[in-house]
Amino acid sequence: MASSSERSPPPFPDTEDQDVLDSEEVGGRDSDEDDGEELFMSASNTPLTKQDTPTSPDSQASDLMEDLSVGPPSSQTEKSAASSSPEEFVDLTNNLESRVAAESSSPEPSDEFFDILGSETQKVEVEASVKADSGAPQSKASSRPEKGLFGEPDEDLFGGPLGAMSKKTTENEGKSGTAKAAGPTFSKPTEPADIFTEEAAATTVPRTSNTVNSKANGVHSEEDLFTEATVELSLDSPRSSRKNEETSKPSASSSSSSLSAPARQAKPPPAALEELEDEEEAELEDKFDVLVSVKDPEKVGDGMNAYMAYKVSTETTLPMFRNKLFTVRRRFSDFLGLYEKLSEKHGPNGLIVPPPPEKSILGMTKVKVGKEDSSSADFVERRRGALERYLQRVVNHPLLLQDPDVREFLEKDELPRAVSTQTLSGAGFLKMINKATDAVSKMTIKMNESDAWFEEKLQEVESADQHFRKLHALVESLVVHRKELSLNTANFAKSAAMLGSAEDNTALSRALSQLAEVEDKIEQLHQDQAAYDTFSFAELIADYIRLLGAVRGSFDHRIKAWQRWQDAQAMLQKKRETEAKLLWANKPDKLQQAKDEIVEWEARVTQFERDFERVSATVRKEVLRFEKQRTKNFKRQITKYLELLLQSQQQLIKYWEAFLPEAKAIA
Amino acid sequence: MLPEKLRSVSVDLNNDASLLIDIPDALCERDKVKFTVHTKTTLSSFQKPEFSVPRQHEDFIWLHDTLVETEDYAGLIIPPAPPKPDFESPREKMHKLGEGEATMTKEEYTKMKQELEAEYLAVFKKTVQVHEVFLQRLSSHPVLSKDRNFQIFLEYDQDLSVRRKNAKEMFGGFFKNMVKSADEVLIAGVKEVDDFFEQEKTFLLDYFSKIKEATAKAEKMTRSHKNIADDYIRLSATLNSLSAEESTNYYIIKFCLKLFQNFLRVCLKKVEGRVASDEELKLTELLRYYMRDIQAAKDLLYRRARALADYENSNKALDKARLKGKDVSQAEEHQKRCLQKFDTLSESGKKELTNFKARRVVAFRKNLVEMAELEVKHAKNNMTLLQGCIELLSGN
Repeated sequence: MASSSERSPPPFPDTEDQDVLDSEEVGGRDSDEDDGEELFMSASNTPLTKQDTPTSPDSQASDLMEDLSVGPPSSQTEKSAASSSPEEFVDLTNNLESRVAAESSSPEPSDEFFDILGSETQKVEVEASVKADSGAPQSKASSRPEKGLFGEPDEDLFGGPLGAMSKKTTENEGKSGTAKAAGPTFSKPTEPADIFTEEAAATTVPRTSNTVNSKANGVHSEEDLFTEATVELSLDSPRSSRKNEETSKPSASSSSSSLSAPARQAKPPPAALEELEDEEEAELEDKFDVLVSVKDPEKVGDGMNAYMAYKVSTETTLPMFRNKLFTVRRRFSDFLGLYEKLSEKHGPNGLIVPPPPEKSILGMTKVKVGKEDSSSADFVERRRGALERYLQRVVNHPLLLQDPDVREFLEKDELPRAVSTQTLSGAGFLKMINKATDAVSKMTIKMNESDAWFEEKLQEVESADQHFRKLHALVESLVVHRKELSLNTANFAKSAAMLGSAEDNTALSRALSQLAEVEDKIEQLHQDQAAYDTFSFAELIADYIRLLGAVRGSFDHRIKAWQRWQDAQAMLQKKRETEAKLLWANKPDKLQQAKDEIVEWEARVTQFERDFERVSATVRKEVLRFEKQRTKNFKRQITKYLELLLQSQQQLIKYWEAFLPEAKAIA
Repeated sequence: MLPEKLRSVSVDLNNDASLLIDIPDALCERDKVKFTVHTKTTLSSFQKPEFSVPRQHEDFIWLHDTLVETEDYAGLIIPPAPPKPDFESPREKMHKLGEGEATMTKEEYTKMKQELEAEYLAVFKKTVQVHEVFLQRLSSHPVLSKDRNFQIFLEYDQDLSVRRKNAKEMFGGFFKNMVKSADEVLIAGVKEVDDFFEQEKTFLLDYFSKIKEATAKAEKMTRSHKNIADDYIRLSATLNSLSAEESTNYYIIKFCLKLFQNFLRVCLKKVEGRVASDEELKLTELLRYYMRDIQAAKDLLYRRARALADYENSNKALDKARLKGKDVSQAEEHQKRCLQKFDTLSESGKKELTNFKARRVVAFRKNLVEMAELEVKHAKNNMTLLQGCIELLSGN
């Protein structure tokens, strides 16, 4: 024992380390195994498509086929439709001709290609002509009422892809105009694969899936596939996110509209489109249409009537707002009021309305009393961040963004005071009672869940909630300890400085004061770290605890809808029994009334049943959306947190390394 | 100049191979810790060149006390006695953990337990070390290594069975301390004749208070570090159970994410825990040791001041005797003896203090360098871990 020269690492943590490493390896392996499945789940599998495409010539050929059958025609027809210039048409035909020529010159896949191209030319011609005279207005008409996105002027809609296409073409190894450049190179068997793989990675995937989707006329199971595709699209192309969004959306939607135009004439699938748009927005969460920031918390008033006002700035490109950038002042209760309104309106429909941070009487009182200590500043900053994230979540929700109250909140200068949010008001009291009755009914309602998915999800949500709560408590205690450490480090730094001043050996004295300085810096580091812990970790978890509550709320609303339906059914049953009784008793005068009632209740039962089904569908969609967002958000936040940790470690290294020569200089 | 072995608390030991002492083994039996003291020597005063004896903590205290009480060593800085082994805090924690077993998950419990066991081990090692250092300082001292009691301590192969202090003696010790501090105040008025000692005295007093404070602060800092490490354990356990839970549902990213994070936590916690224990070892222990050492130096100064006071008193007595014409020779004798004692004390004290200074500087240098190196090492470990995690995260 004593002969071991280095004593600090005791033996058994080492062995444990081994364990850790082992298990880490397991973790790594796990993740590897999961990769396959992730493929379906992850939204960011960029390399995959790129790896897939250049596999074998055969698959390339088939890719090419697919590509040809779906991709280029639509985009080119769009181009031509949008500009409707004869030049383009010439280009197009040139292109096709040259391709045909190229095909004939390249012997290998000639048969198939020829076939395809033959059919393609026909199809393209047909479609192009359709587009030329009626296609564009038609698709415009069909798409406009469905979404704000479509509400953009049609130049945008079609100009967007046009710009994108031309850009793409310039990017494609500097070819100007797909037709002319693509023609000659096509004669080489390898090159076209490249061109089209690139194109395939960038454009074809959404199109193919899109066609599937639109052909299936909004079959719900298809939506995942589609969203994956769009995201791949947006990630693949190396342009800025902004542009990306613009190009990806219109191209996807417009291509779908152009391709499925005939289908839609027969039976327009608005549901599918709407859904697809929703998902798209959920996926493109990173690139917000609306950026909300909550800034400059300011105390207004004095004493117990004081309140905090925040500057809410909105930056947007959406045409539904009057300006691109606007700022309003809102107080905390306004945020709560917005939530109240939204949850009242949308909650029963099964939407997950993002919850605002809770009222905190203790924290606010501290602020009100006006103590300018760190804890109240901390509180205000926490709340500010929470409010910002809350608002951002609201505007990220495609349906909530459409809500007039949201717009009013963001835009209107003066907002009527939200009174119902006060804890000690009549409305607050009423709310409490409502909550209590809700709780009671929740306990009494025993729903025999028919849908295993919901049951599973509810359980999941509940256990996640529990875990998150525990996690939150732990992180909070970590923060407390970190602050303690920072304080103690500061104290030590002070006494080290004192010791340094008392030391009579000059070198040692200098080293000690250096040590004091280092510890001082480290103290700052710990403090920052505590802030990171709080703001990027603890708050993240707190957010999710709130959100999970909202998810549960949406489940409750679904159960309520179910309950209504069940009640109506019971009522109908009763009415039928009365009818039977009346029939038995032979009272024809009342019989008619009873029959009327039955009809009425039958209608209601169907109505409620439909309601329930609608709510169920919405909840399901919302939960999926929530989960997706949660995953992404978590990943982003955790990466950020880790980066912050990394930074502080780097600082630490720097500090200590700077100290080392000082320590060595002692002699 | 440094010993070939890297000691956490380093003392400038002479590289004298004539008497080498170490404690290769220790046994913990309930409250008692039995150290095996192993000696290797070329000195003829020992019967064998190599031997091992079992010793307890109380034996060390006895040795220290006898050294302090020996008149001849009044001019020396007696190495501070090792502190009593303190296994209470980890034991208490273990107990608490046992109580709280129901409230935490099994995994969390085992992790905490492992951590506590590691802590216990660290405390144990530290205890062994301070005892070892005490003996090594004695053995490297030119005068103290010749001490008869010390040699008996090393050589006598039976249980020393030092009589434990009884209540009266404990009280006596306490009383003696009281008298000593009162005396310190009294003789503070005696005018210092030597500038060197005057300076040393003020310096040591000042230094002592500063180092005491620094030690307390460093201890606190280490404790907070440990708290954070504990938090990390709990966090990682919770995250682990969370990811286990999440794994049942179909989305895997989340699961992986959690897993990575979890492992990161585990690693971070480990490193954080190491930082804490290293800081403890390198910094706190250093400060603590020198706090005690300075106390010993202060004791030396006190003894010297006492001798000085005695000398002055004897001067006065001599004057008085001369005045009265009685017992002049006796008083003269006494005065001469006092002077002699004071002079030897001053001389050896001066040497000791100079030595002490050099020793302190060397020890500080070594420990500070080691600590800085370890901190850099840990931070680098942390960094690579974090980088790996970030890469994994952004990679999938």
